[in-house]
Amino acid sequence: MIAAIAIYAGCILLLLGALFSLIAAIGVVRLPDLYTRMHAASKAGAVGGGLVLLAVALLCFDVGVGLRAIIGFVFLLLTTPVSAHLLARASYRTTDQLQMKMVVDELKTKGGPNSAA
Amino acid sequence: MNPAMTVVVLALIWAAITGTFSGLNLLLGAAIGIVAVLLLRKNLGPPRRFRQLRNAASLAALFLYELAASAVRVAIVVLTPDMKSALKPAIIAFPLSVKSDAEITLLANLITLTPGTLSVDVSEDRSLLYVHALNFGTREGLIADIAGGFEAKVREVYS
Repeated sequence: MIAAIAIYAGCILLLLGALFSLIAAIGVVRLPDLYTRMHAASKAGAVGGGLVLLAVALLCFDVGVGLRAIIGFVFLLLTTPVSAHLLARASYRTTDQLQMKMVVDELKTKGGPNSAA
Repeated sequence: MNPAMTVVVLALIWAAITGTFSGLNLLLGAAIGIVAVLLLRKNLGPPRRFRQLRNAASLAALFLYELAASAVRVAIVVLTPDMKSALKPAIIAFPLSVKSDAEITLLANLITLTPGTLSVDVSEDRSLLYVHALNFGTREGLIADIAGGFEAKVREVYS
């Protein structure tokens, strides 16, 4: 009974993870610039990969593998924002910001709360 | 946590990652843990109290909820047929009230994985965090969201 529930829950997690990974990939293709793409890649990507790892933890029926999958999920969540942050920062320092269509850009003027447009 | 507890926890994590809980493997994990604690002993903070652990758990719960919400929101934006009008990208300067490196790092990571926001840079005097927003509404609303949500929780964990 419990095994059946674990299998069904694992399959649902696996499908959801695959769906979010697909959405992240579509987002990277469709979104217009690096920052908006990093939104898709970091959030939907981390959730997609994480759900697949959790599904592995549920479906493997092995404590060692399950624990490692959960720890992998934690490390994924720890490292994804760091890479997104570094890519966004590196891009900001190298590309011509006139190409970017932003509503407000307070980093350009190094502006604080009071110098906002 | 005192250093001895840290070594025990590191040994258990080591055993979990390598997948075997044999005595020899736990000893190896403890040895690696001792080396890590010795190398990092200057960076280990003062012992945490139980209340802080509870605050950390509450922060983790809020984070998991926000992570799920943010993935769904990004998915909705990505799948909108008329995507250009759904996007209003902007970079906002968020005034930081947390000061230590550890708190700023944690807050920046949390911001990146939550709805519509991505941390881009931190100013040199560490008073401003530059945040990229996918759907910019008002800067007051965005700043109030972060300051009242994650920043308050992060400060509680480290207080």
